[in-house]
Amino acid sequence: MLELIQTYWLYFLVGQYPDGPLGGVAVTVLLAALALMLAMPIGLLLGLARTSTVAALRRPVSALVYLVRGIPLLLVVFWTYFFLPTVTGVKTGQFTTMLIALVVFDGVYLAEIVRAGIQSVPRGQYEAARALGLDHRRAMARVILPQALRSMLPSLVNQFVSTIKATSLGYIIGLTETSFIATQINSQVFTKPAQVYLLLSLTYFVLCFGLSRFAFMLERRLARRDLPRVARSPGSPTASTAPTA
Amino acid sequence: MIQFNNVNKWYGEYHALADITETIAKGEVVVVCGPSGSGKSTLIRTINRLEDIASGTITLDGEDIHGRGVDVNRLRSRIGFVFQQFNLFPHLTVLDNCTLAPLAIGGARPAQAHQKAMQLLDRVGLAHKANAWPSELSGGQQQRVAIARALAMEPPLMLFDEPTSALDPEMVGEVLLVMRDLVRDGMTLVVVTHEMGFARDVAHRVLFMDQGRILERAEPHEFFNHPQHPRAKQFLADIRTPFAQAA
Amino acid sequence: MPGFDLALLLHGQYHDWLVAGLLLSLKLGGVVIACALPLAIAIALLRLAPYRALRAVGFAYVEVIRNIPLIAHLLFWYFGAPELLPDKIKERLYAGNYEFVAAAIGLTLYAAAFMAENIRSGIRAIPTVQFEAGRALGLSFMATMRRVVLPQALRVTVPPLLSQTVILWNDTSIATVIGLGEMMYQAARVESASFRSTEAFVFVTVSYLAGSLALTALAAWIHRRWPVRTL
Repeated sequence: MLELIQTYWLYFLVGQYPDGPLGGVAVTVLLAALALMLAMPIGLLLGLARTSTVAALRRPVSALVYLVRGIPLLLVVFWTYFFLPTVTGVKTGQFTTMLIALVVFDGVYLAEIVRAGIQSVPRGQYEAARALGLDHRRAMARVILPQALRSMLPSLVNQFVSTIKATSLGYIIGLTETSFIATQINSQVFTKPAQVYLLLSLTYFVLCFGLSRFAFMLERRLARRDLPRVARSPGSPTASTAPTA
Repeated sequence: MIQFNNVNKWYGEYHALADITETIAKGEVVVVCGPSGSGKSTLIRTINRLEDIASGTITLDGEDIHGRGVDVNRLRSRIGFVFQQFNLFPHLTVLDNCTLAPLAIGGARPAQAHQKAMQLLDRVGLAHKANAWPSELSGGQQQRVAIARALAMEPPLMLFDEPTSALDPEMVGEVLLVMRDLVRDGMTLVVVTHEMGFARDVAHRVLFMDQGRILERAEPHEFFNHPQHPRAKQFLADIRTPFAQAA
Repeated sequence: MPGFDLALLLHGQYHDWLVAGLLLSLKLGGVVIACALPLAIAIALLRLAPYRALRAVGFAYVEVIRNIPLIAHLLFWYFGAPELLPDKIKERLYAGNYEFVAAAIGLTLYAAAFMAENIRSGIRAIPTVQFEAGRALGLSFMATMRRVVLPQALRVTVPPLLSQTVILWNDTSIATVIGLGEMMYQAARVESASFRSTEAFVFVTVSYLAGSLALTALAAWIHRRWPVRTL
């Protein structure tokens, strides 16, 4: 196992770069980060549409969310891979294909995260903002969204972990990401598939587990500092009670 | 200043406000009380249109608040509203809570807004907490900040929806004191509360509501000592001696 | 691009391939659910056990499995695991329908990790005061669980579990990387044989959607029929 690591670690991390295209773990992380960043604005807009009171906005977006979540990501990748070139006339590379598919997928999942975040802000906050005289737009921008975004952070990090795992589908269309490189290594070494695939799993584990722990820590810190506790004076001997509706 | 004319509101089948007709004069302090579900919160929430009405009119300084040309946001900025749950914005400091409205919609300059907010915080006794976060304050302190926040736009009218109901008993007093000081400065107040002491000592008039109707209106002294309506008598009896059975 | 040929989907060789793929996907999904659910309950109980060692095992299982993508799981079970076994067994495995078995093992372990978390969250969603109230009335631990906590927990858990089942249904598509002849595999096969990718992918899309929407509708119905009542 050790010689495997010693021989192939660089190839595993960056592929054939600089003698070839970037590959391996570098591609995985790059692809995931890029996809999530591009998907954020889409997710924000879709999430706002999902919570809107205007049915003409809300319904089509809800339908889109159900559609995208009802089919495998692999299918989205295939649709993009086979049909985007015919529609745009340009042959899209594997990285771009995966990127587009991931942005679509992440956008929809982020929309749900945004929706949950907005709905987790207590209604009293919106009323207080409107009661001060702020219009809907300002109330959302200055009072609701800042609180929603803060509470969404752990979910966003978890979505990043999901996206990293999703990049592994690039293997199927020949993208030189981590899993693909692992199978390349396996076909070269040939006699140690168990070790190769265990190392592959270990790599993903270290990456994703690290990020999940980070998300967990974020959640703990937010829970401590966040919303005001209703009405109990500090050091009050009364046990915490549920806030009155 | 505020005029209700035959105001009605339904929640589905439930008649939440029934034929409400009432006038509240400028500078008056009116306490609205009554049993749970009587419609008292609904009533004051219709004044700044946090609740809408099915029929009738509500006028503020002679202008119909549901009129066609009325800008609801401008209306609300002219009315201060204090919630039972305070609803301070947790992501802003105490000072920023108070300067939000003047800066965002009042067209104030930062220095002006800052100064005014500090004055108001001083008035409610919390100038030293200006840079604290709401989550660091006690309930009573939060509610006092909420009052300062509501005053920031200099409204001529303040509405209070059970401002002390969510507080521990030892903090009720500090909030009521702030409210009483507002009265001394000639503010018009409409307060929904169970605090009978406040009603007796500070209010000019008491409105008793039950099941969506205003059943009795009287000066505090009259109301507490000589209630007329049977429901009002029952309500006061229940508050004073909850264990007494009706004869 | 030539027009959409519906006839292609209704009879003929490609139709047969696609339908065979659909049936295999359904079979895989069914087997995995049947195996994953009991495993998930066991893991959830491990995580809630009063002994730290048991809780650690449950935690390790969930975290290790969840942080590794499904493809890596399947690659390991299909290519890696048999190498660890004696040659005789390895040959027997590959001679038989090992693709299905490897996919089933990988998917079961993967799905069970997520479902275990759903179940655990469901149980934890019931405030401990409910449990205390049951005990205060004089009910035993098991009776309290059975009559007070679990009925409430079940209602909370079912929608996320059904949601996880939708994900599982979609994840069966990944088995294509180890050569299992499920729907995606067949669609790609039709595509390379006939270059008519549209019809094949439409079939596959409709099939996955039908499954997902049916499960979602089931969840909505259950939620209406047995709603979660909170204070």
